[in-house]
Amino acid sequence: MSKIIIIFLSFTFLFAQADDMSVKDIIEAMDNNLNAKSRILTSKMIVHGRRSSRTIESKNWVVGIDKAFTKYLSPPREEGTIMLKDGDKLWTYSPQSDRVIQISGHMLRQSVMGSDMSYNDMMEDRPLVELYEATLEGSVEIDGRVHWIMLLEAKVKGLSYPMRRAWIDKKYLLPMKEELYAKSGKLLKTSTMDGIKKVQGRWFPSRFIYKDELKRNSKGTEWLIDEIAFDIDIPESRFSKALLRK
Amino acid sequence: MLLKIALKNLLGARLRTFLNILVTAFSFFLILFMSAMYDGMLQHAKQVTMDTEIAGGAYWHPEYDPMDPMTFEDAHSALPTEVETLVDEKKAFPVLVSQASIYPGGRIMPAIMKGIPPGQNIVNMPTDALFGYEEITLPVLIGKGMASDTKLEVGDAFTIRWLDADRTYDANEGTVVHIMDTENFKLDIGHIWIPLNKAQTMLAMEGEATYVTYEKGVPPVLDKGDWIPRDINYLVQDMEAIIEADKPGAQVMYLILLALAAMGIFNAQVLSIFRRGREIGTLMAIGMTRPRVVGLFTLEGGLNAVLAAVATLIFFGPILWYFGEFGIPLPIDYTEMGMIMAKRLVPVYTIGLVVSTTILVSIIVLIVSYIPSRRIARMKPTDALRGKAAA
Repeated sequence: MSKIIIIFLSFTFLFAQADDMSVKDIIEAMDNNLNAKSRILTSKMIVHGRRSSRTIESKNWVVGIDKAFTKYLSPPREEGTIMLKDGDKLWTYSPQSDRVIQISGHMLRQSVMGSDMSYNDMMEDRPLVELYEATLEGSVEIDGRVHWIMLLEAKVKGLSYPMRRAWIDKKYLLPMKEELYAKSGKLLKTSTMDGIKKVQGRWFPSRFIYKDELKRNSKGTEWLIDEIAFDIDIPESRFSKALLRK
Repeated sequence: MLLKIALKNLLGARLRTFLNILVTAFSFFLILFMSAMYDGMLQHAKQVTMDTEIAGGAYWHPEYDPMDPMTFEDAHSALPTEVETLVDEKKAFPVLVSQASIYPGGRIMPAIMKGIPPGQNIVNMPTDALFGYEEITLPVLIGKGMASDTKLEVGDAFTIRWLDADRTYDANEGTVVHIMDTENFKLDIGHIWIPLNKAQTMLAMEGEATYVTYEKGVPPVLDKGDWIPRDINYLVQDMEAIIEADKPGAQVMYLILLALAAMGIFNAQVLSIFRRGREIGTLMAIGMTRPRVVGLFTLEGGLNAVLAAVATLIFFGPILWYFGEFGIPLPIDYTEMGMIMAKRLVPVYTIGLVVSTTILVSIIVLIVSYIPSRRIARMKPTDALRGKAAA
């Protein structure tokens, strides 16, 4: 009898939480928080290795989900390196070799500057609502905040991660923790975020942590957002291939 | 007549002749031995490649380039009809190639994952070791070099991550079921081998392959679609190029050795003409023509080559036979350096090699014997009789 009451209460709780917002609404709200018409940001990527850590500073110009221009500012070894994303194409320019290289096929699986992120991870900016079918699995309280647990299963072919599980903060409507799974169900990567701030009317994290869960003792890669501005007009010329060598 | 005099004169010089012959014989031996070593290396590489990898030859998917892993993603399709018939008749077997990331000991490493039918017996690979592991998700066969690089042992499990045909990540646990000891680094370094049916399922490439290897003696198929036939000569050309690139170094050594032998003979000839002026004058005085005298001295020098060949057979023959029979143990394992090299290198002496080396040494010896002898043609018999050599 007590079990039936617990199950009943749990269902009541779930429906009450999702009552005012459907699962689709939640995912859309999450997409809206993370994506914008355009954004310019300055960030630091801290790659934690086994023995030491490296900090790579960069400035990004992003328009929608298709165009991104990243210029690396430091350390001296990476300074001047540029990455340009245009649709499903990605180019990098290295000042040391003075060459522009298109990254495609299996190269997209390689890690970005030794971090726990692959080029594929960087490329997948499409809104989750277009790619995944979401199911609300339940809710849980973490650090005194209620989070929905959402299972996202691919509804289109060709996604790097066919399944992901997200812990979405009910207030911020952000995936505070995400687990990315392989087709077999094996956990491949996790990402977490914290330092949530209100920026131009939206909640946005100031720190992401990505971790390759297949690497033993991996300390992950931190991505710290120093400055961010949304919905700024960025000229089309910013995403020109000609700008890579300048 | 000339030969008898020449031989008598040559043997009369004793120590000088002996030293000239010894140096020439040593050059002869080294040229023969080194060339035979290169031939042995090439023959061994061909034999190992045929035995363990290509058998009678292969049909490649048109996109497949083993030197460019970026091509693997698109290099797979169903087999052309006639090639598939060969596979059905057990005269050929398909291999599916893909890139993967492996995590031995929690470290990430790139690898080439190849699916092969465990029941194949066309190439000498212990693929039957992949049979009978129903309880293991993914049985893996690796080479000794790969085991050393990854620090994996039989029974060790490690994660393998790959992208399937839809470019979706997948991962699973592989377990090493056998470590093969192969001389062919191309099967070993950076490779993991799994059963073909598992690879096809994992990669969502059912019934597809990247290349097909057929057994020796199978005639070429007519309907090979756009797949490319690769014969043994094509598949060993890299090894030939490596050996060809290494040859100039050895050829410099041959030149130095031959130069030493030639200088000895040249010196002996010059000295003979200077010291044997009276003899030359007497020969001319009793009616021997200048060309015959020149011929006599050239023959004396040239006989060095014949005697050197005999000396090579006597002094170095047993050594050549011993190495040809038992091989030379190599101090390091060249497999890890990307070369198909036997642990004991056996030189191969061919008739062509012996004949060409003999001709080369003989021609050089004859030239260095003839050049100083030309002075005789300018000598006056009266001066020669007085012991005056031509200037």
